[in-house]
Amino acid sequence: MPNTTALPSVERLLPQVRELLGPKVLASHCHRGDETILVAPGEIVSVLAALRDDKGLDFDTLMDLCAVDHLPRRPRFEVVYHLVSLAKRQRLRVKVPVEEKSPSVPTVSGLWPGADWFEREAWDMYGIVFEGHPDLRRLLMYEQFEGHPLRRDYPVNRRQPLIGPRN
Amino acid sequence: MALVEVDKTPATADAPEQRRMMLHMGPSHPAMHGIVQIDVELDGETITNVQVEIGYLHRCFEKMSETVVWNNVFPYTDRLNYVSPLINNVGYAMAVEKLLGIETTERCQWIRMLVSEVSRITDHLTCVGASAMELGSLTVFLAFVEAREALWECVEELTGARLTISYVRVGGVKGDLPPGFAGRLRAAMKIVREKMALGDKLLTRNRIFVDRMETGPTDRAFCHRWGINGPWGRSAGLDYDVRRDFPYLRYEDVDFDVPIGTRGDNYDRYLVRMEEMRQSMRIIEQCLEKMPAGELNVDFEGKVIKASDMRDLGNAGLTAGLVMDYSVAADPTLNGAGKDIVWTVRVGDREVSLPPKEEVYGSIEGLINHFKLVMSGHGIRPPAGEAYHAVEGGNGELGFYVVSTGEDRPWRVRVRPPCFVIMSALHEILRGLMIADIVPTFGAVNMIGGELDR
Amino acid sequence: MGVLNAFTSKTDALIGWGRKYSLFNYPFVTACCGMEFMALAGAHYDLDRFGAAFPRFTPRQSDLLMVVGTVSHKIAPVLRRIYEQMTEPKWVVAFGVCTCTGGFYDNYATVQGIDTIVPVDVYIPGCPPRPEMVLDGIMKLQEKIQQEKAGLLVRRTEVLPELPVPYTNRPDFARAIAENAPRRPGAEGGR
Ligand code: SF4
Repeated sequence: MPNTTALPSVERLLPQVRELLGPKVLASHCHRGDETILVAPGEIVSVLAALRDDKGLDFDTLMDLCAVDHLPRRPRFEVVYHLVSLAKRQRLRVKVPVEEKSPSVPTVSGLWPGADWFEREAWDMYGIVFEGHPDLRRLLMYEQFEGHPLRRDYPVNRRQPLIGPRN
Repeated sequence: MALVEVDKTPATADAPEQRRMMLHMGPSHPAMHGIVQIDVELDGETITNVQVEIGYLHRCFEKMSETVVWNNVFPYTDRLNYVSPLINNVGYAMAVEKLLGIETTERCQWIRMLVSEVSRITDHLTCVGASAMELGSLTVFLAFVEAREALWECVEELTGARLTISYVRVGGVKGDLPPGFAGRLRAAMKIVREKMALGDKLLTRNRIFVDRMETGPTDRAFCHRWGINGPWGRSAGLDYDVRRDFPYLRYEDVDFDVPIGTRGDNYDRYLVRMEEMRQSMRIIEQCLEKMPAGELNVDFEGKVIKASDMRDLGNAGLTAGLVMDYSVAADPTLNGAGKDIVWTVRVGDREVSLPPKEEVYGSIEGLINHFKLVMSGHGIRPPAGEAYHAVEGGNGELGFYVVSTGEDRPWRVRVRPPCFVIMSALHEILRGLMIADIVPTFGAVNMIGGELDR
Repeated sequence: MGVLNAFTSKTDALIGWGRKYSLFNYPFVTACCGMEFMALAGAHYDLDRFGAAFPRFTPRQSDLLMVVGTVSHKIAPVLRRIYEQMTEPKWVVAFGVCTCTGGFYDNYATVQGIDTIVPVDVYIPGCPPRPEMVLDGIMKLQEKIQQEKAGLLVRRTEVLPELPVPYTNRPDFARAIAENAPRRPGAEGGR
């Protein structure tokens, strides 16, 4: 009974998305039923706005925003947006490749205020700058912390204590 | 630890009197369960500005999961939302299974659903009880802790631990329901119902409670904009429940209602949580009734083999490298020597799911099997790719986004923490309220440090 | 001299007896162990039977600091400050393996045992410790208190090293808020 076919890799939304966005979609794939598109960093705001405002797709909620470090692959980082349409009950993943050198992506906190802290977290953990973010400060770590801990090259136990012995 | 600064700006014509006061609530504050810092700027008793500072419980869940093999992430997921650990377990397991492309057996799905709902009840009991305590109703807190205790005893019987359970495995669960479990769970639910009735009596029409809870309203559009869902969103009329809208496990096969609030204030949140507990109990009843017998776990290929077939294969000597469960008769069990041994029916070539603990401690093959799965360099290797799977957590959509490069350990495990979004909107919600409203509003967020800061 | 010795040992015993049954704890609850702490304070396990259950939510009125749950480097200065605010005599219980050694969080954010920050009297390992175990730990602490050479007033004066950085909790907050604050009556809520 249980098998791979239970999770169809059929593209349900991608044709519609490609039609809407045209050449802005750099690549797209559907893995285990998760439909994904790849767009350039410069386009992300217009792409997400288009997906949000399109009546047919109606991706009205930004469920999650996170970054992934693909060291040593190039481009090194990826910012991943998970969109949900509450009314149509569908999901879409949008990914943006980000270069290692001066990593930056335009902020989407203008589209969804909820992106504010997600972007601050991604900055804190990966050092990706979200251009135009109103208040890009560290979120989880403290101000005195140096480096961005979730990068693959940050050692897991390099501690930077505020008080107490340093190891 | 309040640090107070008084603004001594002289009065002017367009701002006749400005007496703004800074008040730091937290990180260790009596009215806040959990460590979070809320800096408020007050004008008299009205909140004019808020900053929320989090991260005091950052324990690097995401970094730690990159350093251990796939199966070893489970203990870390327990400690995300530690009030409903079973839901986190299920969410992570399902994300990895999605990546592997396998589906668990039917009985396993029912069991997972059952334990998720038990966890949801404990989560809501803690939330309602703790916020009632902060409003002065210690009796309700004591009653709800006792109800939670009754459920935890069942959880302990099933999983071996009260809180940090690590019960779910990739491809299955640790063990079957012990004999007589249904009866004991029903008895525990009876206690929960009694205590909830008591809480209902003491709170729902209590004038003081109602007056204090009719605060902190948010509307549907606000929740939508900020991405808030779960009980908070539902109380504001945002009709979204992952269990119903993106059904997973067997939620399509049970009847339950999704309560929706109308006004979206703290009182509605309280009512929604109370109703959700009743609905969860309804789901549990249906699970206990409808749950079929059968295998719990699947193997890497997604094959399920019946226990009787396994035995025949064993008799024919065709199970080289496999351990037959019935040949293991040794204690110690995790249940203690006096209790029945609960056998897990195990199948397949043991590439994915961990063997039952009885076998690990009772036979060398089980031990090797276990080591093979948990030692670094061994264990499961999902094909390269990524998957996002969401379950309905205690506070809303709990999503796990896992990325694999085909290695024995995850490349990236990302959690979409539901209370994080509510906390990120908290400064908007609190602005304009009175200072005494912080306590019920913050209580209704049900902030869980482990999940918020990870 | 002998008489005086006999006298002080009697008073020691009396003071110890008094102290051990009137522990006012300050629960410094951070993480998952807090759930067990709730269970412990609840009616089922009832810490009150041991005279140690009445939480005081200000460190100045309490003499038992229960550190419950993981302590990260970000919260560490706060913990230290709370310890310093408590009056003598004071005792510290490390509740849960995270506080004892850091537990399985051996990473960049977690303090590897709170004894690097504050002195600890009783360690209760377990992840989380069962309530029975905590009761046992509290009883151990009471034994310890009973046997202490109390002196008449002060238990001990342990000089902790100074906090290396004068740690104020984000001094820029006050400034930032003050600068960006909309003056009244421009306060719109989140509706
Ligand atoms: S010891 Fe375990 S249960 Fe306690 S805070 Fe640490 S991880 Fe959580």
